[in-house]
Amino acid sequence: MLTTEALVNFRWDDPLDFESLLSDEERSIRDTARAYAQDKLMPRILEANRKEIFHREILNEMGVLGFLGSTIEGYGCAGVNHVSYGLIAREIERVDSGYRSAMSVQSSLVMYPIHAYGTEEQRRRYLPRLARAEIVGCFGLTEPNHGSDPGSMISRARKTPGGYRLSGAKTWITNSPIADVFIVWAKDEEDLIRGFILERGMKGLTAPPIEGKFSLRASSTGEISMDDVFVPDENLLPNAEGLAGPFGCLNKARYGIAWGALGAAEFCWHAARRYTLDRSQFGRPLAANQLIQKKLADMQTEITLGLHAVLRLGRLMDEHASTPEMVSLLKRNSCGKALDIARTARDMHGGNGISDEFHVIRHLMNLEAVNTYEGTHDIHALILGRAQTGIQAFK
Amino acid sequence: MKIVVTVKLVPDTNADKRIDPATKRLVRTGVETVLNPFDEYAIEAALQLKEKLGGDTTVTIFSMAPETGKEIVRKALAMGADDAAMLSDAGLEGSDVWGTAYAMAQALKKVGFDLIVCGTQSTDAITGELPGALAEYLGVPGLTYLRKVDVDGTTVRGERETDNGYQKVVAELPALVSVTKSINEPRYPSLKGIMGAKKKTITTLSLAELALDRPVGSDGAKTEVLDLAAAPVRGKGRMVNASDGADGARIIVEFLREKKLL
Repeated sequence: MLTTEALVNFRWDDPLDFESLLSDEERSIRDTARAYAQDKLMPRILEANRKEIFHREILNEMGVLGFLGSTIEGYGCAGVNHVSYGLIAREIERVDSGYRSAMSVQSSLVMYPIHAYGTEEQRRRYLPRLARAEIVGCFGLTEPNHGSDPGSMISRARKTPGGYRLSGAKTWITNSPIADVFIVWAKDEEDLIRGFILERGMKGLTAPPIEGKFSLRASSTGEISMDDVFVPDENLLPNAEGLAGPFGCLNKARYGIAWGALGAAEFCWHAARRYTLDRSQFGRPLAANQLIQKKLADMQTEITLGLHAVLRLGRLMDEHASTPEMVSLLKRNSCGKALDIARTARDMHGGNGISDEFHVIRHLMNLEAVNTYEGTHDIHALILGRAQTGIQAFK
Repeated sequence: MKIVVTVKLVPDTNADKRIDPATKRLVRTGVETVLNPFDEYAIEAALQLKEKLGGDTTVTIFSMAPETGKEIVRKALAMGADDAAMLSDAGLEGSDVWGTAYAMAQALKKVGFDLIVCGTQSTDAITGELPGALAEYLGVPGLTYLRKVDVDGTTVRGERETDNGYQKVVAELPALVSVTKSINEPRYPSLKGIMGAKKKTITTLSLAELALDRPVGSDGAKTEVLDLAAAPVRGKGRMVNASDGADGARIIVEFLREKKLL
């Protein structure tokens, strides 16, 4: 008999049954990440954000759980798939983009290049300690005058007996003030971009913090200053030449951001729903207004579409069938949409929306950076434009 | 040494509990099933003992549950236990505490143990009687409500929580202990633990494999739920209005003392 009765119930917070597309193992990993983030990170974030503190031990806690370099096989890493990595990013960023940034940098921008471009000796030397967060790493690509156009960098690596001498300055470097190792990209004498592993304590290397950020305040950000730093030959990443090296790392990190930003957006959406249901004005809940319900429907729609898209990309990555353009499309989409959602959620919270106790303003401020770093919203549009017209608009 | 942790699968603790008026049993379908939160403390206590004792100490998870609960038992394995055994049989449906404890005891004899670690209670039925009944059926000492546990050679000792303090208790192995929530902070399953749990063995036992000399399930139940009533609506709290703060504080301290919370 034909029936129009639905056999399942509509879940407002998972309209297209995302949950059923995950394996038992992926769900367990997500549950661990969610429990850790809510129990251990959420209680710390308010103070950390207010006072610009990064609790260094957070990385150790993440290390114990296996969140650092989680997709790497061996070397003390968990070896999970890219979908799991994305699920973790989403749960961490549901609390704060700064915490996800610290995790992304250690995993995708430090451990990944050592694993992908390093020697076996370098992998053994650094990866297990990075996985446990015994040491922290950072990634130096952006320079004061070279952001979206890193190919024009002026940092130099001059060959010298037994190694290289590095000079230059990097800025907006997550984790640099607390870093023990620095993955730094510089041009050699043939103008070829090469990657180096620098270590804290090398003569001429300093990493002053950048203070006064209005975004990612719970994550440590700084500069890297290199004044003729001697880096031995064995600290060169031998298997990366040109921009492909740093871009390979960024591709992994941007993928994590595409998931993470949606976690922040989900927080804002759920908070706005709760707030407008609980708060009454003119004798009825704010949520009884069509204007509010339309906003909630828009948030629900964008987040649902976004989550299904990043899951698809994760599956493609796990099948080695993804391209950087796919990552650009979703990094851009997730960040842009999340930022819009956070702004709208802030507005729906009325005056309370500007108080950090409601957390939405913090997410909003964070997402301004997340939308900008690792390829701005516009730069990713130009990558997509190039991919469909064959014309590069940014050169 | 072989440590066995008994765990129960319960309906999601955040979901509203529904009771089927016909069977007077908790409705377990349509609600997500989770590991009884109290049992996580038992698992953690066992894992800490294993880490401390080292050597050939193993931790086995035991659960009387339908086979569909396997994936949840796997979560307990992901926390770090070595293997698991499940007693799964449709004939167990409707067992009361005594039937459950009896069937579990027979299965646990088959599984083998030096020490059994239980949570204090489950979040669904909340009788809190099972650890005691289980120790009785197994004929081993039962040290319940421990806030501290340690094994030294063939001796288990611990601190048993009471209303106004604690007792130092001790027993020879084999023995059973139940542990309270104040004993530890359960670990989260790590990624490696979750990945590794896939490869761990979960053996299944059925009633036919056990030497039972009395019926279990609803036929063997010695207790019956006769009637159900909704919990009374919680009354209004007492408001303390005091003109000066010290007065209010005094009233609150008195109140807390009365409730033995101080």
